[in-house]
Formats: sequence, structure tokens, C-alpha cells
Amino acid sequence: MSFETLVFYVFSAMLIASGVLVITLRNPVHAVLSLVLAFFASAGLWMLLEAEFLAIALVLVYVGAVMVLFLFVVMMLDINIAVVREGFARYLPVAAMFAVLMGVSLLLVVGPAHFGLAQVPAPPAAASNVNNTEQLGLAMFTQFVLPLEIASVVLLVAIIAAIALTLRHTRQTKAPKPELQVRVRREDRIRLVKMDAEKGT
Amino acid sequence: MLSLSHYLIIGAALFCLSVAGIFINRKNVIVLLMCIELMLLAVNMNFIAFSHFNQDIAGQVFVFFILTVAAAESAIGLAILVVLFRNRNSINVEDLDALKG
Repeated sequence: MSFETLVFYVFSAMLIASGVLVITLRNPVHAVLSLVLAFFASAGLWMLLEAEFLAIALVLVYVGAVMVLFLFVVMMLDINIAVVREGFARYLPVAAMFAVLMGVSLLLVVGPAHFGLAQVPAPPAAASNVNNTEQLGLAMFTQFVLPLEIASVVLLVAIIAAIALTLRHTRQTKAPKPELQVRVRREDRIRLVKMDAEKGT
Repeated sequence: MLSLSHYLIIGAALFCLSVAGIFINRKNVIVLLMCIELMLLAVNMNFIAFSHFNQDIAGQVFVFFILTVAAAESAIGLAILVVLFRNRNSINVEDLDALKG
């Protein structure tokens, strides 16, 4: 077994194990943390596939931003685990049957009979001066420049939507309003009361 | 020697796992979102494997766009979840019946 194969199997085992943990763990915080492990394992597999830029981007952007956002939300919400877990055992047989059925049918398609080394030969190893980031950037800013612009618009829409959804219009500050203060008149603040003086006995 | 089908099988296994996760965690919106993330990861794995074995960089560009859309999706999804929790005080899918669907 070559070193490459060993690395592949280690990362694959890590990926599948953490995937199982994501869908079975009781505590959502633990589930998020195993999802982080799944992202790390697949970043390792992408390294093996010579997609270095995306592997690093997955760790930096996904684990660093999106998963931290997940963790933040999970910790902020006070979730009743017992309620959201009900039905777990009831749906387990159906889910297992569905997954096995789908897995077998997918395996028949993507198995070694159709995508083995005989059908799709391994590409030659990349030369040491090939820069994956440079290649990706070259493709992205020439051939795919319009999709790139659209992707940036998608991100902008996501930013605006997230802010608009969670913004609360309650008064947060106690700062005075000067324009109201200078407009105040004497009658607004002072009330003169006329009453009889008290008579002595 | 690793072949293309090795990577495709890993992607398929991950996809089946996340489908099963959607079935068994159908009450918990957060785990549903996480299962969708896992599904996208499985699809990305296929894209990168094909990109490597066909020596075509376009597959990696596509993965980049999938990551962008997935990040936008989870940001908006989590924002909706926060607003939902603020209003209903629950993230149970069964409680979300205001639209009578």
C-alpha cells in the first residue's frame, strides 16, 4: 500500500465517521463540531486530488466562518433536545433502508466497473512548477468572469438579507435628540396651578 | 493506486448518510441545515475528483461557486432560524405550520 492510498483511507474513514456522528449525536454543539471534522477530512482528500486552493479555502472560509456562525447560532438558541429528538428511533429503519437502497444503486453506477483505472486512467502527476491557485484564478477571471460577478451579487444579497431579517427596530440607545430639545416651549414643561390659600383655624 | 471510483464512492457514501440524516432528524432544523451542508460537500467531492482525473480546471471553478452559494444559503437559513426562534421560541419543524402547508 502506497503512502497516498494510506492517506486516502485514513481521511475517508475520518470523513464517514464524522458524517455518522453529525446525524446521530444528541447535542447539536457536538454535531457542529463533528461537521467541522468532516470538513477537515475532506480538505485532506482535496489535497490528494491536487485542489490545494479549494482545500485551504474550505478550511479557512467554511470552518473559519460558516461553521463558527453555525456554532454561534446553536449556542445562542436554547434548544429542547428531548423534543427535537423525538421520532429518531421511529424513522431510523426507514432512513437506513433508504440510505442502503440509494447507496447500492449509486455504487452500481460509480463502482470500479465504470470509473476504475482501466476506464479513467490516472492523470500524470503535476509538475512541481504548476500553481493550482494561479490556474484557478486564470480560469475564474477570464472564462468564468460573468459567473464570478453573479456570485458576488449572491453574496451581497445574502449579507443584506441576513441583516434585514435579524435587525430589530427597538430603541437601543438613550442618546438625547437635540432637535426636540431646542424646540421645547415653556408650556410643555411648566404647569401653573391656581388654588386658594389655606385658611387658618 | 487510487482510481476515480474511490473518490466517487466516498462522495456517494457521504450523500447517502446525509439523506438518512434528513430522515431521522426531521424535527431539528439545525441538523437539517447541517445535513444539507454535508450533501453539498459530497457533491463538491465528485466535482473535484472529476476535475482531477479529466485534467480540467472548470470543475474546481464550479466547486468555488457551490461554496459561495452554500455560504449564502447557510447565512440566510441561520438568520431565518434566529428570527423564527425569537417569534415561536422553538425550532421544531412541527411548530412551523403558520402557512398551513
